[in-house]
Amino acid sequence: MMRDMTALLRASPVFAGLEEGELAFISGCGWNVHFREGDTIFKFGEPADRFFVLRGGTVGIEIRAPGRPARRLETLGEGEVLGWSWLFPPYTWQFDARALTDVRATAFDGTCLRDKCDADPRLGYELMKRFAGIVTARLQSARMQLLDLYGHPL
Amino acid sequence: MDTPSEVAVPRPGGGTLLPRPYRVRRRWDETQDTFTMELEPIGDAVEPGADAFRPGQFNMLYAFGVGEVPISISGDPADAGRLVHTIRAVGPATEALRRAKAGDAVGVRGPFGSWWPVEEAEGRDLVFIAGGIGLPPLRPALYQVLAQRERFGRVALLYGARRPEEMVFVPELRRWRSELHLDVLVTVDRATESWKGDVGFVTQLIRRAPVDGTGALAMICGPELMMRFAAQELTKIGFSDDRIHVSLERNMKCGVGLCGHCQFGPSFVCLDGPVYRFGEVRAALTVEEL
Repeated sequence: MMRDMTALLRASPVFAGLEEGELAFISGCGWNVHFREGDTIFKFGEPADRFFVLRGGTVGIEIRAPGRPARRLETLGEGEVLGWSWLFPPYTWQFDARALTDVRATAFDGTCLRDKCDADPRLGYELMKRFAGIVTARLQSARMQLLDLYGHPL
Repeated sequence: MDTPSEVAVPRPGGGTLLPRPYRVRRRWDETQDTFTMELEPIGDAVEPGADAFRPGQFNMLYAFGVGEVPISISGDPADAGRLVHTIRAVGPATEALRRAKAGDAVGVRGPFGSWWPVEEAEGRDLVFIAGGIGLPPLRPALYQVLAQRERFGRVALLYGARRPEEMVFVPELRRWRSELHLDVLVTVDRATESWKGDVGFVTQLIRRAPVDGTGALAMICGPELMMRFAAQELTKIGFSDDRIHVSLERNMKCGVGLCGHCQFGPSFVCLDGPVYRFGEVRAALTVEEL
């Protein structure tokens, strides 16, 4: 089981290239989860104590306001990382995540990983670089969406 | 150095400055502001074969008494005698074309410009990336690829639109996905809960495309910023600049490289473009004045 998890991590862009010992440790913080279509995976304001690597299915990142339908900001699919609020104070979710199809994922204990990163700065720096890359890519994508390029070509 | 006579001669298939008369055979709406128009020659005023074009080329369409606009051809290059354009109504000439009814006359000059290098993609994986109204100029290349599907490796179409209701060619997208061994990934910038597909900018689909970036070809058409960022993402998965092709849009007027309106650095988009290798234009695309 642990070996399967390590193999999965090695194949994931966010963990590829980490040392075997580090992969083994991270594997120890992970467990497999399933969500049914329509399930809420996390909600705005709740403690963000984990993140997920999606193994199958589609997840919608959404935001809600009273009296208005949910607004979907982004969708994530196989191989992508869901959730980075576990890395940054105040460690609460900033958006909602909902399974748009049946979803298979590996969940990782964020508190466990944060403690390890504090104790092992090399691993902490590696993980921070990788998550910063994900955050940057999504920020760039969000900026492109804001530009509304297809409505008003620049 | 080109001789003067070579400089003035349009590319093969290039038209003259005199519009040929066509008649609207059919016209239908794709979205709220985008429509497709099928044209046929009037009588024998158009010589046989004048409609032949290569995927990615454009025609100058003349709404008589209003104006002339450059419009990419969106039909099947193998379907001779049926000239198809998909047009977004954004100004007086395109609005006039939108109002045209079956039987109305339209002037046509062209086809003009360079084309998607479909043959160069044979034996390789191929990814099409379209944003908004950028799908119609790619559709002729898709038709050509799908007509000889066995000659290509994995073929993917990544299509980004503003909203679900602003997507064009929706029935065809479904058919391509289900019947024709084409990986079609679609995303929209904005959606409500009823939309079951992906949400996000089209560049986010690139890492999901089932193509081998170290050997594949890419053809990108859409807003210029979108093409720049798409090329950047492709580079990250192994694409080199010479295997990325983009279609540029500038203020095309004469269509034959004489008037200079579409000058883009050392080239004329109407003559040397609209389709370029990304490496040819990468630097110029960051020059604000161009």
